[in-house]
Amino acid sequence: MHFRKGCMAEAGLTASALITGTAVAAIFIFLFLFALPVFTGGQGLAILSGEWSPFKGQYGILPMLAASLCVALSALAIGWPLALGLCCGIRGFLPRPLGRALLVMLRGMTAFPTVVYGFAAFFLLVPIMREALGRGSGLNWATASLVLALVILPTMALVMDAGMRQTEKSLRLTGAALGFTREQTLAHLVLPACRKSLFAAAALGFGRAVGDTLIPLMLAGNAPQWPAMASDSIRTLTAHIGLVLATDSNSAAYGSVFVAGCLLLLVNVAVQLSLRFCLKTGKTE
Amino acid sequence: MVVCLTLALTVTASLSWASPLDAFKGKQGTVDIAGGTAHIPVMKEAAKRIMTANPEVRISIAGGGSGVGVQQVGEGLVHIGNTGRGLSSEEVAKYGLVSFAFAIDGVAVVINPANGIDALTAAQVKDIYAGKIANWKELGGEDRAITLYTRDEASGTREVFFKKLLAKGDIAASANVVPSNGAMKTAIAQDPGAIGYVGIGHIDSTVKAPSMDGMVPTQENAANGTYTITRKLFMNTKGEPQGVVKDFIEYIFTPEGAEIIRASGYIPVSK
Repeated sequence: MHFRKGCMAEAGLTASALITGTAVAAIFIFLFLFALPVFTGGQGLAILSGEWSPFKGQYGILPMLAASLCVALSALAIGWPLALGLCCGIRGFLPRPLGRALLVMLRGMTAFPTVVYGFAAFFLLVPIMREALGRGSGLNWATASLVLALVILPTMALVMDAGMRQTEKSLRLTGAALGFTREQTLAHLVLPACRKSLFAAAALGFGRAVGDTLIPLMLAGNAPQWPAMASDSIRTLTAHIGLVLATDSNSAAYGSVFVAGCLLLLVNVAVQLSLRFCLKTGKTE
Repeated sequence: MVVCLTLALTVTASLSWASPLDAFKGKQGTVDIAGGTAHIPVMKEAAKRIMTANPEVRISIAGGGSGVGVQQVGEGLVHIGNTGRGLSSEEVAKYGLVSFAFAIDGVAVVINPANGIDALTAAQVKDIYAGKIANWKELGGEDRAITLYTRDEASGTREVFFKKLLAKGDIAASANVVPSNGAMKTAIAQDPGAIGYVGIGHIDSTVKAPSMDGMVPTQENAANGTYTITRKLFMNTKGEPQGVVKDFIEYIFTPEGAEIIRASGYIPVSK
C-alpha cells in the first residue's frame, strides 16, 4: 500500500513537472514563432534599431529594453537595501514584538494589488516629483522606480527573512558559545551564511520589477525615448506591450509586441541563469 | 427640467405603440460588443433600454480600443467591434467586415484649467508637439515648461488629432503617452503645464479646451461643420449582421438611438 502511494505520488509529480515544463517551452516557442515574421519580413532588423516613431515607419524597441532595465535595476537598488535593513531589524536589533509586527505588515503588503500603489502614487507622489525635479510631468523613471521599489520590497524581505530564520536556528548555539549578542550573531554568523537567500531575493525582486506592467504604465510616462535622466519620461517593454497590443493586428507596430515579449523573457532567463552560475562558483571557492 | 424631459420621454416610449424597442419583442439572443471606448456610453444606454424591455436579449459591452474592436469582431469573438476610425483596406479584406457609422465626435486640445491661455492656433499646437515651443511664456502665458501628453498607438482619437490638427507633423519622443481619454483628463487636470487632447464628449470642468484657429470646440459646432477636427464612430460586423445583432444596430439608428447618442455627447449620423 505504502509502495503504491509512493509510486502514484511520484507519477503525479512527474506529470505535473512535465506539464509545467511543456507550458513554459510552449510560451517560448509561441513568442518566437510570432516574432519571427517581424525579422524575416520587409523591415528586417529595423525592430532592433533605436527609434520608435510608427508614423515615420521606424519601429525600434531598444529604448524600451533600456528603460525596462533602468527602472528594474534602480527599483532594486532602492528596494534591496531597504529589505535587508528591515530583515536585520526583525532578526537582530529591534525589540521582538516590533519585529513580529513588521513581519505581519510585510505579509499584508504582498497582498496589496499593484494598481492601488499606482493609483495612490499618481495623486500623491507625482505632483511632488514634478515640483522636486523641476522639469517634466512627474511621470518619469524616478517616480516609477520609487513605487516599484515599494512593490518588490515585501517579497524580497520575506524571502530574506525565511533564509535568515533557518540559518539563525542552526547558528544560535554557536553564537551563544562564542559569547555573541543577538546583533553580533546576526552580523558575523547569520548574514554571511545566508548569502544565497539574499541573492535569491534580489533575483526575485528584479524579476517582479522588470515584469511589472501597471506601475510603469501609470507612472513612467511611456515616452518611447532613451532613458538619460531620472526626470525623463520613459516606456518599459511591458508598458509597450500594453499600449500597442490594441493596434491593427496586421501592422508592424503589432509585431513589435512579440519581439518585446521575447526580449523580456530573455532578460529574465539571463538574470536567473547568471545568478545560478554566480552562486555555484561561489560555493567551490 | 432634465428629470421632466426624461420622464416624459420614458412615458411616451412606453405608451406609444410603435416604440423602436418593439423590434426585440419575443426575441432572444446575445449581442457581444467590444472596442472603442468612446462608444461605451451609447452602447450602455441602448443595452440598458433593450434589456429592460426584453430581458431575454443579453448584451455585453467591453472596451479595449479601436484595434481590439477590429480584432475581436474579425476573429468572431464578439458580434460588434467598435472603432473610432474607418477600417483600413487590409482589415476589411482580411476579415470581411461591414461598417456602420452612427455618430460624429470632435477632438479638442485640452490644457489645465489653471492655464491662462484661452486661444491657440493649429500652427502653435504643431510647434508645441514638435518641441519647438517649450514654454507657455512664448504663447503669452506664465513662465512654465510645457509638458506634452499624447495617446497610445491604438487610439482613434490620436489618429484624428495627428491627421486633422497636426497635419501629420512630429510628436516629440519625450511626450508622455496615456492609454485612454479618461487617463488623459486625469493627467491634464493634475499637471499645470500640460497640453493634451480628448474627444469633445469628454470635456468637463476638470480640463479647459482653448479655441482652435478661432473655432470653439463644442458638439454643436462639430455637427454644423464650424469645428472641423472631427471623426466618425463606427460599429463593425463580420459580414451583414443577423438576428438580434441586426436589431441592435437598427435600434441605434432610430430616433430613440439618436437621442441616446446626443445625450452621450456626440452627433448622430443617419444610416
